[in-house]
Amino acid sequence: MHASHRTGRAWGHGERFSTVIVWLPALLPLLFLLLFYFYPLVSILTLSLAPDGRLSLTALGTLFTPYHLHTLWFTAWQASLSTLLTVGLALPGAYVFARYDFPAKSLIQALTTVPFVLPTIVVALAFTALLGRRGLLNLALMALLRLDQPPLDLQYTLSIILLAHVFYNYTLVLRIVGTHWANLDPRLEEAARMLGAGRWRAFRLVTLPLLRPAIGAAALLVFVFCFTSFGVILVLGGPRFATLEVEIYRQTVHYLNLPLAAALSLIQIGFTLALMGAYTRLQARTTLPLDLRPRQTTQQRPRHWRERVIVGLNVGIVLLLLVSPLVALVARSLTSSADVPGGGVSLAFYRQLLQSRRDSAFYVPPAMAVRNSVGFALATVGLSVGLGLMAAVVLDRRGSGQGLGRLLDPLLMLPLGTSAVTLGLGYIVALDEPPLDLRTSPLLVVLAHTLVALPFVVRSVLPALRSINPHLREAAALLGASPWRVWREVDLPIIARSALVGAVFAFTVSMGEFGATSLIARPERPTMPIAIYRFLGRPGASNYGQALAMSTLLMLVCTAGFLVIERFRVGDLGEF
Amino acid sequence: MKQVKCLMSCVLVGMLMLSGCRSADSPIPPPTTPTSLASPPPRVVRMMTHDSFDISAETIAVFEAAYHAQVEILQAGDTGVMLNQAILSRDHPLADVLYGVDNTLLSRALAGDIFEAYNSPLLSHIPNQLILDPQHHALPVDYGDVCLNYDRGWFAEQGLTPPANLEDLVKPEYAGLTVVENPATSSPGLAFLLATIGHWGESGSYTYLDYWTDLRKNGLLVVEGWEDAYWGQFTHGSGGEGDRPIVVSYASSPPVEVHFAEQPFEEAPTAAVVGAGSCFRQIEFVGILKGAQNRELAQAWVDFMLDRTFQEDIPLHMFMFPANREAVLPEVFAQFAVIPEWPAEVDYAAIEANRETWVQAWTEVVLR
Repeated sequence: MHASHRTGRAWGHGERFSTVIVWLPALLPLLFLLLFYFYPLVSILTLSLAPDGRLSLTALGTLFTPYHLHTLWFTAWQASLSTLLTVGLALPGAYVFARYDFPAKSLIQALTTVPFVLPTIVVALAFTALLGRRGLLNLALMALLRLDQPPLDLQYTLSIILLAHVFYNYTLVLRIVGTHWANLDPRLEEAARMLGAGRWRAFRLVTLPLLRPAIGAAALLVFVFCFTSFGVILVLGGPRFATLEVEIYRQTVHYLNLPLAAALSLIQIGFTLALMGAYTRLQARTTLPLDLRPRQTTQQRPRHWRERVIVGLNVGIVLLLLVSPLVALVARSLTSSADVPGGGVSLAFYRQLLQSRRDSAFYVPPAMAVRNSVGFALATVGLSVGLGLMAAVVLDRRGSGQGLGRLLDPLLMLPLGTSAVTLGLGYIVALDEPPLDLRTSPLLVVLAHTLVALPFVVRSVLPALRSINPHLREAAALLGASPWRVWREVDLPIIARSALVGAVFAFTVSMGEFGATSLIARPERPTMPIAIYRFLGRPGASNYGQALAMSTLLMLVCTAGFLVIERFRVGDLGEF
Repeated sequence: MKQVKCLMSCVLVGMLMLSGCRSADSPIPPPTTPTSLASPPPRVVRMMTHDSFDISAETIAVFEAAYHAQVEILQAGDTGVMLNQAILSRDHPLADVLYGVDNTLLSRALAGDIFEAYNSPLLSHIPNQLILDPQHHALPVDYGDVCLNYDRGWFAEQGLTPPANLEDLVKPEYAGLTVVENPATSSPGLAFLLATIGHWGESGSYTYLDYWTDLRKNGLLVVEGWEDAYWGQFTHGSGGEGDRPIVVSYASSPPVEVHFAEQPFEEAPTAAVVGAGSCFRQIEFVGILKGAQNRELAQAWVDFMLDRTFQEDIPLHMFMFPANREAVLPEVFAQFAVIPEWPAEVDYAAIEANRETWVQAWTEVVLR
């Protein structure tokens, strides 16, 4: 630290250094995107649309069939509904987690993020156990209302798609908005109340406008995630529903119709880009510099009965919507008919999981799967938080780097809106010669995960960074601090908390990622989701049980990971 | 600087964890006998395959010891993804050998011109009806039949006779009992559609589409893939939530159920419907990729795959039947498996030519 301080002084006002300071954080993320996103993407799109070197746009003509137009419409429609529902349900939750302190709070918050890592097929099994025609809910209703037929049939409906999207994405809103909310000065709203505004009016006129950047960022992520939804639509929605992502996969993998797949990919990317453009414009207008407060001073225990009800209600929603499917999975993994006939509590599946099946060259010892998953996840966290902070600094910068920021912002989001199968084939086509022959390197998995994690880090950090009052920085600079020191002593303490949220998401993205990982030709380095799919790929009760035991292990490792990351402190900086 | 170091160490620790795993946890420790120290490093043969590939570590070790070689397996997603990767990387192949292309994708592989022909001496042990490519670009390794499976316990409990053939499924007593996979997204789903096409044909008074129309009327359930069908909807596979006692799976699923049962079974809990023309036979092929680094070693590996050691290891790892007729089946297969005598016949070239048309026609009739 002393070293950086000195260098800062020595170079601080030098012309050359400040140019480097302006460009370096921008260059690294840009270079990363160019090499590992644009280069593979352009390669595969060129190969698909211009196989003989001449652009052929006939594929674009086949796009405008009623079927594809309907697919586009449905994709946007379900994404909008899912986003509205998720934000609507999670905003009150964000308020409760931001303003109140209650027992087991950090554990519950960690649990809300667990769904994010679960493979879709496992979630589908949990949903069937709870909501299926012979699931718990229907059995309870039938017993309660004395019915012969299950009253609820959610299977393969839009409702279950929406429910699953809330299940997966609730945590995005809770964490991104909640973190921001926790640092808002409650005295602002109190002042409004003192001046005679009602509770609702004070919220609407004071708090809501201040939260808008964070809500916007979270809603954008949820929307893009649902817009490119794949597993949920296929497995829970059933064969009647299709999003663009599903159609791209079908065209690529089943029909090898690369021109049509490329055209659909372009539409998906174009849509994401347009959305990002609109969002960036909106964001620029709604962001205000604020005096943020440390979270310890903004939180309290619920005292009044009304506060207790609000806290209880939201925790109840979280438990019912997010935690109960997890519990169903854990319960099922502990139920085996081998030890106790008829299915009592037993650890049989866990024992089987640990038994070394040495006869298979592909047997995955659980410890190895955990180590692979955590290894990929840590590398992804390091890379994406590093690049993400740099990108956020550039995006936040007003003045000299603004043009660059406007360019970088939408570009960073694009990987989220790009079909995994398109990009996966892009890697095969583009990264095939030294020094970039990474096709079978484990590094490629980390790079792919980082591409997806990067937008989460940036979107988590940016609202906090933008709300820093510029006077603070000016004051520090006036007192002789170098730009680096200003960043370290002013910006970093304020954004550290948001950066940790970004780190949690990066960790999560990597732990749960299956689509891209399974597309990349890889020598044996199976992650936990891949081990789960391997068990589910074959008949036999013990395979089913072991898949659930492995899923439980995945949940445990992730919960532990979240709790550790959240307790992490950046150097000697206090918690903000 | 502290933060930068922290992030760097994060990346480093992560990469270290990944690099450590091969040497530490590899099921077969590398040979460290004095002789191997003196000899040159082993030659490497790389095989690209799908995610369902599995074989015992001992079998691979036999080859590695005999040829002083190292076998590297690259798993590249499901069969379609794998083949597309192989076609797109033709100029810079990822591996020397590709295994796992089946007869539904064979003509795409042959048209993609990714294989070198290889007339293996072991082909003499393989029945002619499995050898689809007379030039031997793609050599049959194993086969398996996609067909209906039913839950024996459920039918016994209900006092209902289980279905004996495809025709039974449209009878009123079997209404609402069947779950199938979507042929647009699932390979057993496609295979079952092909079985119906082979059985009823595309023209005449009653075509495969008429059959599907009747199935739909009889309360057919279509799901995305095998996992969801078997674990989510099938009465036997799931934890009790599934309410469909008939599912599209493999003729080998009943013995596999016994093999992976929680407690030893006297009888298989499920059974396969193998009446004439009610199954579709999937044949899986291996081929040497154009531009293979070491053609001679690749040939040795292909021969090894077609030889008895490897072939006899296939059933309990991949749940398919060995192509080599000399291979002896493991006991659980010999006891519980039935091989359909008369699978439905569909020419592999016709599959590639008509796949999209058939699947779309099916989609119109069954889903819309």
